[in-house]
Amino acid sequence: MSGEPGTRRRKGGGGREHGEQPMVPPAEFTSYYGRPVVKASPWEHDIPAYLFMGGVAAGSSLLSAGADLTDRPVLRRTGRIGALVGLTLSMLALVKDLGRPERFHHMLRVAKPTSPMSVGTWILTLYGPFAGLAGTAELLPPRLRRTLPGRLLGWSARPAGLTAAVVAPAVASYTAVLLTNTATPTWHAAHRHLPFVFVGSASAASGGLGLLAAPLSEASPARRLAVAGAVLELAVERHMEAGMGITAEPLHDGHAGTLMRASKALTAAGAVGAVLGRRSRLLSAVSGAALMAGSACLRFGVFEAGQASARDPRYTVVPQRERVEQHGRTRSV
Amino acid sequence: MSTSFYGPLDPAPDAGWTDAPPRKGFFTDTSICIGCKACEVACKEWNAVPDDGFTLLGSSYDNTGALGASTWRHVAFIEQSPASDVLNRVGDSALTGDRNALGTDTTKVDLGMPSFDLPGMAVGADGRTDFRWLMASDVCKHCTHAGCLDVCPTGALFRTEFGTVVVQDDICNGCGYCVPACPFGVIDRRVGEKGVTKNEGIAQKCTLCYDRIGDGLTPACAKACPTTSIQFGDLDELRERAEQRVEAMHAQGISSARLYGEDPTDGVGGVGAFFLLLDEPEVYGLPPDPVVTTRDLPEMWRKAGLAALAMLAGAVAAFAGGGR
Ligand code: SF4
Repeated sequence: MSGEPGTRRRKGGGGREHGEQPMVPPAEFTSYYGRPVVKASPWEHDIPAYLFMGGVAAGSSLLSAGADLTDRPVLRRTGRIGALVGLTLSMLALVKDLGRPERFHHMLRVAKPTSPMSVGTWILTLYGPFAGLAGTAELLPPRLRRTLPGRLLGWSARPAGLTAAVVAPAVASYTAVLLTNTATPTWHAAHRHLPFVFVGSASAASGGLGLLAAPLSEASPARRLAVAGAVLELAVERHMEAGMGITAEPLHDGHAGTLMRASKALTAAGAVGAVLGRRSRLLSAVSGAALMAGSACLRFGVFEAGQASARDPRYTVVPQRERVEQHGRTRSV
Repeated sequence: MSTSFYGPLDPAPDAGWTDAPPRKGFFTDTSICIGCKACEVACKEWNAVPDDGFTLLGSSYDNTGALGASTWRHVAFIEQSPASDVLNRVGDSALTGDRNALGTDTTKVDLGMPSFDLPGMAVGADGRTDFRWLMASDVCKHCTHAGCLDVCPTGALFRTEFGTVVVQDDICNGCGYCVPACPFGVIDRRVGEKGVTKNEGIAQKCTLCYDRIGDGLTPACAKACPTTSIQFGDLDELRERAEQRVEAMHAQGISSARLYGEDPTDGVGGVGAFFLLLDEPEVYGLPPDPVVTTRDLPEMWRKAGLAALAMLAGAVAAFAGGGR
């Protein structure tokens, strides 16, 4: 048991294992038998899996709408089906993670701007049917396309796909606020940057899916989106960590640290491969897969780092103490 | 809008109650807590809260651990003494072979174990050690700006006419968002056997005995507390009483006495259940400077909106670039 009650304990700074300089001097702090001050979310891996799949769905809707308007049939089809699959898996994950899954529809009782989860519910309610319609139109067997419902579905695919694309960016960015509007130290400390990291990650992953599935003749928009997303994600993530003080440590330590390092390596390699692979179908596909894997690692890494930061009282107490010592206790007036 | 996210206000009228009664709350004066845990027991009995495990935690007399879904009052025990330092030093020197220090002179080490005498009686005032035992009964703070309530997506958590924060068991779908949102680590989703454990999978916490106070009764914990360490009443009155108590203690030379959570201008707008502490909040497992994260929500939504626009612009540019 670390952290005797009422005694000061010392602990080293960040990046201990891999020879980096500690980001701040080791801080003394007190805790109650080393127990957490805030509670870690009860969420399981469904949530980071949703963050990833929702991002893929959102980016795919954007790509498929563009592909539809610029006559790129394979990219359009990939995007619409990708969005449908991503959306369906997202919904299943979200419902499964509830303590009472059979009451999932209670989310529709209210609309609360103070609750990112409520806002997200309504964003998904707006996005889901349109993305679903466009995806279903792609999956309809040719035999059914000639029937009246089949023809109606075919006509509605483009307006539905375009509507989904307009809502899609919100699907990709609100999830950042979902995490940062909590007392979980590492998540909240990231609140100015995480939305940009998440839309970058969603763009990289969905562009990666496009590279994986579309032929070279159609892939260049997916390639550009993927590379731009990867660069945005990597650059903003770096900047984000620099401003987080000791709450950046959980992003480097333990399992979360491994995931974050894997994410950076995969995303960087995927982006370079995507640029170099303009004329190689194989290199494009491999890069696309790397970008998708990098995005998944980022979501799991950020999720687990937050959970770890909530379980260690150091990340709650030390930043608050420093704040009090520098500026006095927080006062609203 | 952003003002009612943050800053001092009266929460019941702010939530839309007309003719709300005066705001109710707890003043927990930890300086007179004797650690009897009557509050924990009374709370469990009245609210039919299931057990929270039967483990021995090895942390003084605290085997409850922390507040949680099935622990709505939690009595913390903190043993503070140079003696624990002496013990450590004894252990260290035993390892280095200094046999003299190995507890041969037992009077040096007073663990403060309970005895039949009054504390310090046997040795007289001069012989008393610096040992001190802090005890504090923790509870949901019923924040003015409650993170749990702000983020609840179903409306299951609501503000009562008494200004308290309560979960409606039949509405909550167990999304778990309130758990990381609470800056005090109070609320949790109840773990148990499906269909057997009451309210399994649902967020649970202190209701400030909503059923009792609605009938003009005192909450179970305050009723059971034999020393009036837990006081229930109108928040305004409790705040006045607490001020006087701190002043009196300071006058007696107990300079470590301080109030925690009573200030309506603090990061959560002041709490409904506040405390008198004898040491820094973190010693008791409380956050030293809690802030409701909803304060930063307008900025967070702005950033999310910007990020979404950036993504849309990126996608448009990706196609506008032409080429195949
Ligand atoms: S202490 Fe936590 S659970 Fe209680 S009202 Fe405040 S935010 Fe909600």
